[in-house]
Amino acid sequence: MSSNQRPAGQAPATAPAPAMAPAADPAPEPGPVAGAAALVRMQGVTKSFGSFTAVESVDLDLRAGEFFSLLGPSGCGKSTLLRMIAGFEEPTRGTIAIDGRPMAEVAPNRRPTNMVFQSYAIFPHLNVADNIAFGLRSPGQSLSRTEIAARVDEMLATVGLGGLGQRGANELSGGQRQRVALARALILRPKVLLLDEPLSALDKKLREQMQIELRRLQRQVGITFLMVTHDQYEAMTISDRCGVMFGGRLAQVASPKELYQRPVTRQVAEFIGGINFLSGRVSARDAESASVEVKGFGTVTMPTEPAIPAAGGQITLGLRPERFYLAPERPAETEVAAAATVEDFAFYGETIHYYLRLDGYDAPVIAAVTNFQRAAHFAPGDRLFAGFRGRALVALP
Amino acid sequence: MGQGRVARGIALDRQARRGLMLTAPGTLYVALMVLGPAALAVAYSFWTQTYVTLDRTPTLANFREIATDPLYRTLILRSVIVAGLVTFLTVLLAYPVAYYIAFHVYRRKALWLLLVSIPFWTSYLLRVFSWKLVLGYNGVLNSALIWLGVIDKPLEWILFDVNAVVLTLTHAWAPFAILPIFVSLEKIDRSLLEAAKDLGEGPFRAFFRVVLPLSMPGVIGATLIIFIPTVGDYVTPALVGGSEGAMVANLIQVQFGKANNWPLGAALAICAMLCVTIAALAAAALLRFLGRRIR
Repeated sequence: MSSNQRPAGQAPATAPAPAMAPAADPAPEPGPVAGAAALVRMQGVTKSFGSFTAVESVDLDLRAGEFFSLLGPSGCGKSTLLRMIAGFEEPTRGTIAIDGRPMAEVAPNRRPTNMVFQSYAIFPHLNVADNIAFGLRSPGQSLSRTEIAARVDEMLATVGLGGLGQRGANELSGGQRQRVALARALILRPKVLLLDEPLSALDKKLREQMQIELRRLQRQVGITFLMVTHDQYEAMTISDRCGVMFGGRLAQVASPKELYQRPVTRQVAEFIGGINFLSGRVSARDAESASVEVKGFGTVTMPTEPAIPAAGGQITLGLRPERFYLAPERPAETEVAAAATVEDFAFYGETIHYYLRLDGYDAPVIAAVTNFQRAAHFAPGDRLFAGFRGRALVALP
Repeated sequence: MGQGRVARGIALDRQARRGLMLTAPGTLYVALMVLGPAALAVAYSFWTQTYVTLDRTPTLANFREIATDPLYRTLILRSVIVAGLVTFLTVLLAYPVAYYIAFHVYRRKALWLLLVSIPFWTSYLLRVFSWKLVLGYNGVLNSALIWLGVIDKPLEWILFDVNAVVLTLTHAWAPFAILPIFVSLEKIDRSLLEAAKDLGEGPFRAFFRVVLPLSMPGVIGATLIIFIPTVGDYVTPALVGGSEGAMVANLIQVQFGKANNWPLGAALAICAMLCVTIAALAAAALLRFLGRRIR
């Protein structure tokens, strides 16, 4: 745990974390990363509790210095996976290696990981400074009193708790407790910081503020963060990469942008933001592009994707609500459009969601337009045209 | 806003009144049955017994006698030491049991607690008598040891001695220690133990740094529950203690009975009470201090 001898506070100015590539990394390929780049390598990790399989053959590599989020509905196995990395659960099958070292049979207190618990698990009998210093006083560390005090002070400043060291554990607000939990784990300079739904106990405003702060802190200390969350917006705004889990399986690993724009399954597409499903028939396909006849709209051209079958095949297409153009007349900027009736709308401030009934189409669709657009204001019962461009479509298996 | 505050004031008042009404019977009972007799004992301790009549002139003669006669000091000191020893042993033996039930019994915890309370299903007197049968000159223990050839003649020191008193009381008090310690252990958030491990502590040190300090309220509770009544116990020393195991309560009983010197008995009781209070507060303060020291 002490292999990284750099004082925690010095990281930001002198050494911006090397692997902190922006989200637009050109190669966000899921699956194993070549060579030494994988800090945590999970191979075929499976965890069963009796006859229930919580995690099923997960292969996942975490890169050094990245902020990775495990995203999924409750009970999808994401927390179990996190607990296996921390050492609180042993995989039934498969291996986990951190920095090339297999973690089988390695107790939690001997792993180069530290955890921020969902409940924060602040020791109620200790004040803030003693909570943060807890790990520094463990047998693995041999530090003098003055060294401990100096590092605690430095960490208090890093997480924005300067001057609160003597505060009792029960005199803290939710946000402060969260910072103590973070400081207590980060002060040990783990190779991987594990965060189990760290923001779920906070109210919305504070949560958004802490998201930004968490991101800032991660860049500052340059430690790999692995966060578990069920909130897709949280995962998307914070992370370099996300892994989406359903029923114990990893469905997709990608950057937030990729995840949103190129979901690989219907389930992922539905979980990440809102989406409309349209059905279509492929009329022509070559290596570059495909012509698809979308039911209710007409024929569009879209880039060829592996999920698009050969000509004649049926296909499910995903279309994000904000990719619709709405206009009283047939919109000129779209390839195809269909006449529709406004059934209802929901006003969100920055956007307005319209629930539309398309002529000759059985299922309702949702279109989102920014409040700024002049054409944005329609009332229930209004007739309009809803159109889109072919490249906005996502082919789903 | 002002109206809201007024309304809340009335609500609190109503609640306070309801609280008073609910506690009134208990308060009244305690006042009549505890405070009354206690005040009477204080009064008696300043009076003098002259054969069959009471001399009600206030005097410190009783306290002077207690302070000068080594017998009284010996008995009070022995009572406090025996109670301390019993408390220490009981808490020490009860802690692992409470720990086991709290952390390692997942189903049927209630059954385990029921089993712990089984000794209470017979009267305390019967339990002390059975210890007498076990520890006596021709008791179970001696007979068994002779039959096994470990000893030739019965051991005499095991009954009618301080040892017997300590043994009997430790057994009798066990559930009183197990329950409060169990409750305080049960209340500990399990994620705190995981956090301790995650922060680099093995199970043994995690126990000392997290579980023990957090269970201190239970330990202090158990200590007080056992220590205070044990100092004043007289049934056990009377039945299994013999003359060597007599405690201050036996002496007080004699003063109120055979010796017919109520004022001296009352003064002894007051002294014992003061000693108990001081010792109990000191023990609680010490435990709290030790618990706080752990970081």
